[in-house]
Amino acid sequence: MDHYEMKLTLKVWRQANNKSKGRFETFQVDGISSEMSFLEMIDILNERLVVEGQDPIAFDHDCREGICGSCAMHINGRPHGPWHATTTCQLHMRAFKDGDTIVVEPWRANGFPIIKDLVTDRSAFDRIIQAGGFISVNTGNAVDGNALPINKDNADASFAAAACISCGACVAACKNASASLFLSAKISHLGLLPQGQPERHKRVISMVAQMDKEGFGSCTFTGACEAVCPKEIAITNISRMHKDYLAAGLSADN
Amino acid sequence: MLDAKIPAGSLEKKWSDYKNHVKLVNPANKRKLEIIIVGTGLAGASAAAALGELGYKVKAFCFQDSPRRAHSIAAQGGINAAKNYQNDGDSVFRLFYDTIKGGDYRSREGNVHRLAEVSSAIIDQCVAQGVPFAREYGGLLSNRSFGGTQVQRTFYAAGQTGQQLLVGAYQALERQIALGNVKMYTRHEMLELVQVDGKARGIIAKDLVTGELERHFGHAVLLCSGGYGNVFYLSTNAMGSNTTAIWKAHKKGAFFGNPCFTQIHPTCIPVTGEHQSKLTLMSESLRNDGRIWVPKNLNEERKPFDIPEDERDYYLERRYPAFGNLVPRDVASRAAKERCDLGYGVGTSKQAVYLDYAAAIKRYGEIEASKRNLGNVDAETITKMGKEVVKEKYGNLFDMYEKITGENPYVVPMRIYPAVHYTMGGLWVDYELMTTIPGLYALGECNFSDHGANRLGASALMQGLADGYFVIPYTVGNYLADEIRVANIPTSHPAFEEAEKAVRERIEKFMSINGKQTVESMHKRLGKIMWDKCGMARNAQGLREAIEEIRQLKKEFWSDIKVTGVINDFNPELDKAGRIADFIELGELMCMDALQREESCGGHFREEFQTGEGEADRRDDQFMYVAAWEHVSGGWQLHKEDLVYDVVKPSQRSYK
Repeated sequence: MDHYEMKLTLKVWRQANNKSKGRFETFQVDGISSEMSFLEMIDILNERLVVEGQDPIAFDHDCREGICGSCAMHINGRPHGPWHATTTCQLHMRAFKDGDTIVVEPWRANGFPIIKDLVTDRSAFDRIIQAGGFISVNTGNAVDGNALPINKDNADASFAAAACISCGACVAACKNASASLFLSAKISHLGLLPQGQPERHKRVISMVAQMDKEGFGSCTFTGACEAVCPKEIAITNISRMHKDYLAAGLSADN
Repeated sequence: MLDAKIPAGSLEKKWSDYKNHVKLVNPANKRKLEIIIVGTGLAGASAAAALGELGYKVKAFCFQDSPRRAHSIAAQGGINAAKNYQNDGDSVFRLFYDTIKGGDYRSREGNVHRLAEVSSAIIDQCVAQGVPFAREYGGLLSNRSFGGTQVQRTFYAAGQTGQQLLVGAYQALERQIALGNVKMYTRHEMLELVQVDGKARGIIAKDLVTGELERHFGHAVLLCSGGYGNVFYLSTNAMGSNTTAIWKAHKKGAFFGNPCFTQIHPTCIPVTGEHQSKLTLMSESLRNDGRIWVPKNLNEERKPFDIPEDERDYYLERRYPAFGNLVPRDVASRAAKERCDLGYGVGTSKQAVYLDYAAAIKRYGEIEASKRNLGNVDAETITKMGKEVVKEKYGNLFDMYEKITGENPYVVPMRIYPAVHYTMGGLWVDYELMTTIPGLYALGECNFSDHGANRLGASALMQGLADGYFVIPYTVGNYLADEIRVANIPTSHPAFEEAEKAVRERIEKFMSINGKQTVESMHKRLGKIMWDKCGMARNAQGLREAIEEIRQLKKEFWSDIKVTGVINDFNPELDKAGRIADFIELGELMCMDALQREESCGGHFREEFQTGEGEADRRDDQFMYVAAWEHVSGGWQLHKEDLVYDVVKPSQRSYK
């Protein structure tokens, strides 16, 4: 594929820690190839900053192949940037053109306090899983894998929900900073499988309670979460969660 | 003398006999025993969950912000198990045999047989946890083929099997955290091992957010910290994957087994330029249906789809008709290098070969037409239906390829080239997964044990989960049964004081050098030396040069690096400096190991030792051993563990 070089202006959110006040800092970068990934462009800027003795921009990243869920940049007002169904690390510079100005911010939500610059604390997601995002089966208790046939449509739908990478883009996109899409993906992943049935009601009640406790807002079903989800988790999962929540509230075992 | 402690008796009875006679720890005592686990990928998360379930007090550490992000998550293709659900002749013995042969007869029979034995239970456990494996319409589990085997034994979840298995283990781990059996330390990195009276008794960890050093005691320490492929700078590993935990243990006395055994994966997206920060794997499962080729003509200028069939060289099918495109990874990688070195490579860099799906799209399209009784259909419809089938099977991989390269692989053949992917070497462990330091264990990719000189596809996930769910819960008890009278050692003990002091001084040293070169640029230079001279092909002269160059680089590193920021802060540059310092030392050891092994086997290809047909020339009479390196002052001393084959008869691997 043909490639080209760019000169860009970056406006990046800098914040020393959770207690200090943040601000935008402007940088010019030159010689950026359209073949680079977005994070490689940040790498180049950071190398320059280190050489100049300045503090490089802190950002979370690890696998750089769109699956670990570490990277989390709000680019030009959209979580993970302009491409559909793409994590920040998979966004490539051919999405931009010479002379562009790019604004980069962290996820902004009460549930995700800022650690430094573009790095936030997403441990609330782990605590939501601790509240019930599992099937209680100790190691060694299992029957043969094929002893329990599972309808392929359910298995596929469960897998589609389980594709969530816990990046938090759904929260970042939501005007209420709701974690409903994240949570509902887990409710669907486990609730669509026969193994997940015994704890289905208990799970949804305690996970929703934990989400509220962590400071995430309520869902008003705008669909912003679905639009930015890099793994295309469907908003219909939220409907399924609401249904389960209602059923759990009405059932005798809760 | 190294004793692998392989149980006596016939191969298929070793593990069950071991389990029947191993020492046990009663539940009341388990509650008093603390176990430290470093790393929470498949091996670490499964071990933490399983040991927490047993009632031990577990402390788990990971450098990521959540255990769910460990690099096991990126595994794409699948996990092997000897279920024989396909009725195609699979068995525990065949999985054992394929793994031994695939490893080019450089792994232990006892360990590998145990791995094959527990493989079935892994699938059952994962299904019970809710891992959404691919299924057939009847509701039963689906399988596919992987390299180096002739049966279908690979279980998978589209192209994200690693993520689904890790999420399963992560959820089991989070459940134990909620129950209070495991305490989790995220954004923490182990920077030193603490020993008391020769036994592993704890670690010094750094809180990566505050920069503070912490002391943690454990009756036993389990390292599950993954592979060290990032010594090459460019690899398919995650950016944070590092050798530091095992390297600290190595320098404290744990022997390092076969450090030079590196897996170069044949199907990765090629490098585009100097800016490249990492490489992306295209799953081996793509070789099920894709055909690999290069043009027959040198200096071919035509677009791939304009090159007629008879002017294409399907070199794997030509050289290895029995296995074709599904030869093991080491064989496929070398064959690609051979073609590119001779100038047949494609793309602007000429360092790539085609992975072509046109034939598969046509074949699947025709099957669909036949299934739907469509009679005579035009080529366009066939292609359309074929693409739908390919999308269903490999869609996410094709999407990833297009995002990275900007080319549509449904239309233009993918360009691929080999890249560093996995390290078979690692800390030397015995049958119980214990290193040469009592009470220190190594699980998963960070040990050396099961894959010999080459790992077969879909076996890494199997080994990580085997070690964590089904091996360590038995073997660690055998050690801890004798530790029940040991009270917790206070972290004010001089051993903790000294270890923390050493870590602090090293960190202060990084900050004080204040030179001109960035840590990143040093890492790049190390990677280039390793790739050029200790990569897909190695020779004595190159390795000797590499050792000298690395020693020089080490001097430069310690006198001229520049680290910004301050110690007590979130400072990834500082953390990286520590990791690269360790990689530099490891690089030297890898070259020494490659130099002493004067043979070719598996992924280790010494140019001086090849057959007339360019295949690896193994020298069993001299090198049928595990090279276990002991760190001594001023260098290393080599120990050898002879490999004994009672059941399998080693022969030259043939995939023809």
